Amino acid sequence: MQFWKPFAGLVLGMSLTFSAPLAAAELVINADASEPSLRKAWEGVVDQFRKENPGTDVKLNVYDRESYKRSIRNWLTAQSPDVVFWYAGTRMRQFSKPGLLEDVSEIYTPQAKQEFGPVATDLMSDAGKQYGVPHSYYQWGFFYRKDLFQKAGITEAPKTWNDFLGACEKLKASGVEPITIGSKDLWPTAGWFDYINLRTNGLKFHQELMGGTVPYTDTRVKAVFAKWNELLDKGCFMKNHASMSWQDSQAPLFQGKAGMMLMGNFITGNFPANVANDMDFFRFPEINAGVGKAEDAPMDALLVPARAKNKADAKKFLAFVMRPDVQTTLAAGTRQIPVNQKASVPDDRFLKVGQQLLSQADGLAQFFDRDTSEELATVGMKGFQEFMANPDRLDRVLEDLERTRKRVYQN
Amino acid sequence: MSFPAPIQEKSAATQAFYRASLVPALVLWLLPLIAIAFTSIRSIDELNQGNFWGWPEETRFVENYTAVFTQSPMGRFLLNSVLITVPAVALAVGLSAMAGYALAKYRFRGNLVLFAIFIAGNFVPFQILMIPVRDLFVNVVPLYDTILALVLFHMAFQTGFCTLFMRNFIKQIPDALIEAARVEGVSELRIFWHVVLPLVRPAMAALAVLVFTFVWNDFFWALVLVQSDEVRPVTAGLQALRGTWTAAWQLISAGAIVAALPPVALFFLMQRHFIAGLTLGATKG
Amino acid sequence: MSSTATPAVSLTRLERPESWWRRHQAALAPMLLLLPALAAFSLFVLWPILDSLWLSLHDWDGIGEKRFLGLENYRELFDDRVFWTAILNNIWWLIAFMLAPVLGLAIALYLNQSVFGIRLVKSLFFFPFVISQVVVGLVFAWFYNPQYGLLNEILGAAGLGPVSPLDSELGATFAVIAAGLRPQIAYCMILYLTGLAAMNPEVIEAARMDGAKGWRLFWHAVLPQLRPATFIAVVVSVIGALRSFDLVAIMTAGGPYSSSTVLAYYMYEQTFLSVRYGYGAAIATVLFLIMNVYIAFFLWRMLKREGA
Repeated sequence: MQFWKPFAGLVLGMSLTFSAPLAAAELVINADASEPSLRKAWEGVVDQFRKENPGTDVKLNVYDRESYKRSIRNWLTAQSPDVVFWYAGTRMRQFSKPGLLEDVSEIYTPQAKQEFGPVATDLMSDAGKQYGVPHSYYQWGFFYRKDLFQKAGITEAPKTWNDFLGACEKLKASGVEPITIGSKDLWPTAGWFDYINLRTNGLKFHQELMGGTVPYTDTRVKAVFAKWNELLDKGCFMKNHASMSWQDSQAPLFQGKAGMMLMGNFITGNFPANVANDMDFFRFPEINAGVGKAEDAPMDALLVPARAKNKADAKKFLAFVMRPDVQTTLAAGTRQIPVNQKASVPDDRFLKVGQQLLSQADGLAQFFDRDTSEELATVGMKGFQEFMANPDRLDRVLEDLERTRKRVYQN
Repeated sequence: MSFPAPIQEKSAATQAFYRASLVPALVLWLLPLIAIAFTSIRSIDELNQGNFWGWPEETRFVENYTAVFTQSPMGRFLLNSVLITVPAVALAVGLSAMAGYALAKYRFRGNLVLFAIFIAGNFVPFQILMIPVRDLFVNVVPLYDTILALVLFHMAFQTGFCTLFMRNFIKQIPDALIEAARVEGVSELRIFWHVVLPLVRPAMAALAVLVFTFVWNDFFWALVLVQSDEVRPVTAGLQALRGTWTAAWQLISAGAIVAALPPVALFFLMQRHFIAGLTLGATKG
Repeated sequence: MSSTATPAVSLTRLERPESWWRRHQAALAPMLLLLPALAAFSLFVLWPILDSLWLSLHDWDGIGEKRFLGLENYRELFDDRVFWTAILNNIWWLIAFMLAPVLGLAIALYLNQSVFGIRLVKSLFFFPFVISQVVVGLVFAWFYNPQYGLLNEILGAAGLGPVSPLDSELGATFAVIAAGLRPQIAYCMILYLTGLAAMNPEVIEAARMDGAKGWRLFWHAVLPQLRPATFIAVVVSVIGALRSFDLVAIMTAGGPYSSSTVLAYYMYEQTFLSVRYGYGAAIATVLFLIMNVYIAFFLWRMLKREGA
């Protein structure tokens, strides 16, 4: 390395003229909050933290989610910011296990644990230690056109699978595509798999499957696709879904050409004014009566990388974000559900319903692409898309999944 | 004498036809861009409802183009892009003019191998260089998260293509010109500076425009080598307009048009140099 | 590196004993000229390439320990259906992209005039090359959209359709290529505009004197002079075809179910979405080798011609 020293010194000197001088107590936060409402809410919260901690120079770098996912491994293993935005559960443990995250158990006071409840605390824990702070989550379910349902003669939101199939038929008869979906983004298909599996086989089986301990050729997995195929047989899904992103697939719903969409609550931010009042929500219907109703509710969190330079202020910031008042402010700005149960839910009918749904759910899943390995998720979601277009290829899809599962979870 | 023959030598009718044909040809060529321009003045509600092609219900020109600059630090990002691109292009073109001259006009052992290496290295699917290059800038040349890291990397990476380009254009210069200078006793380096460089100025100008565009449009390395808003380029700002869930396509379109203007302007300005190649014949004569 | 060229030293200019530099400059000059470019290129490109080749022999998720696999990744590639789909699609891209130099030259010839405003027109023709491919892909995806797209409106008016190319296993690749060709043509156009400007007018003049005009003049006097530009245009079109990524990512994400994927996208998918860095590096290595075979062929032809 001797050879590099003079050169490095020279370029370092030059680079300092380009980059901002380093302040003593700088707190660098990298965030994937690029949605304008999220960005604004977080900028507000960071401002409040600055006011409460005048000695700290906080820098917030905002990324879009896809770029962020690509970069986080670089940040955790090379040069780390002090706080990173990330996901609860499996995705967090993936980084805590190899020691890339700082243990933040000290900010989990008994009171904090009580405020966050066992489910959220558990999602932030690995081997009894906590590695981050959850700030928000949201519900998944059907967002539908109440007016179109009524016109088709559906008086009540479907509660059971049979209701659901019936609604699908009635919508079709009334000239409306029952379900819109944009499978170009792949992940919208995973919502279907998650929910049919959760309702058919229950959360415990779902978690085993996500954890790689059950083969994809299991009859219980095949039962999921059999249910899914009932919808395909009836032509409930909009055609050409593979050519549309989830965003494109909203248009038929808002134009009154399609009746419903299985989606996360974030879609409510896109409702155009002229149809907002006709939009409503219902929970994914029951399939097997004896099976408890778990929900998909992806939870987002803040973590501190093990290589962070300013861990003290990072933990201070995490503790700050735990506070009920801060979670209330955040939830209001981001239009999501606060995780701290003492924080109040924004005055929004969808969030109120969502909060009630999640607090009474028989357990939470984080979503297919967060609960299982990335590799399996990629193969799986492509497979779901292929199955939706060609149900007869199911066996091949499942073989691909099973081969991948074996490789990923062999050791 | 240029080719095709100057239109001015043709009949008045042909000239008029040529001039008249330029505008429709341009419109046809730019149809996708016109669609992008229309998208950039729509509202997101309109796009969410599938109105991609109709006349915008309400034109939001001012709102959208302002939002591009207010929703993320776009002004800063644009400045960073200039600070990254200009030195990287100047260095890459300069270094490769030197290397290209050496490869085109000197015979030495290994000449071909070196040329082949420059070409080959240029073809690498650059994404796989991510980890080693990141490690270089973290551990060996401690410049991670600085503008200089991007300048150095782009300079080095573009050198491959630039050397190929310059070598081929310099090869065209008649050896007699260089030999004549040698006979006059002009030193080798002065030949390069005073004889060769003036002759390849048009090629360098064109190359600078191309490389400028590559570096300007780079997003991948901006993600790998820097992370602070203070040093991220305009492509990062564009990408940040993709929401967590919903992409603001109208703003992304507006931002893309804004971001494309500097390279187009550069091309416009550099065209003056493109015709300097005509001196090649004059010098030779 | 030793020079075989004899330095031409003019005796009349020799006023004092030759300096060491003067005596050796013919041998040293090329080395000096090459050194900076070579140093930068070796450090930031060549060395990382070797490092990546090494990585392709491993299983790695970007954070943990690398696990050495030998050639296992390559063996897996061989059995990977998607990999072969990607290669086939890349061949389609390659074939289609060979149109770019031809059309680029046509446009360059069309625009190589000096009339009022031509500089602006040329600049605007350049625009598709510069604008972010993401938005280009976006409007093309909307163009093809089965419900709201312009394509079906046009086909409908002609009594045809409706079609939805982007979710068709067979059509998706071609629909994406159609969007990708325009920027590549603009790129080739620039190269040819430069080439046309750098032509030796005397050669053309001489050919005109000999009575050559139109097509014959073009074929025998112009095209040979454009060879350096053609070489580069073909090479960059090969690279463009094999590296095609942005449009695939935005228009189809390789879909439906990987039927329109290409090597560059598949590498991206394996590296960043599946987090298999080693496997991604193996795909990249194969892509790199394919490019090099192709380019070696062109290089060999060019050198043969230069030698002649």
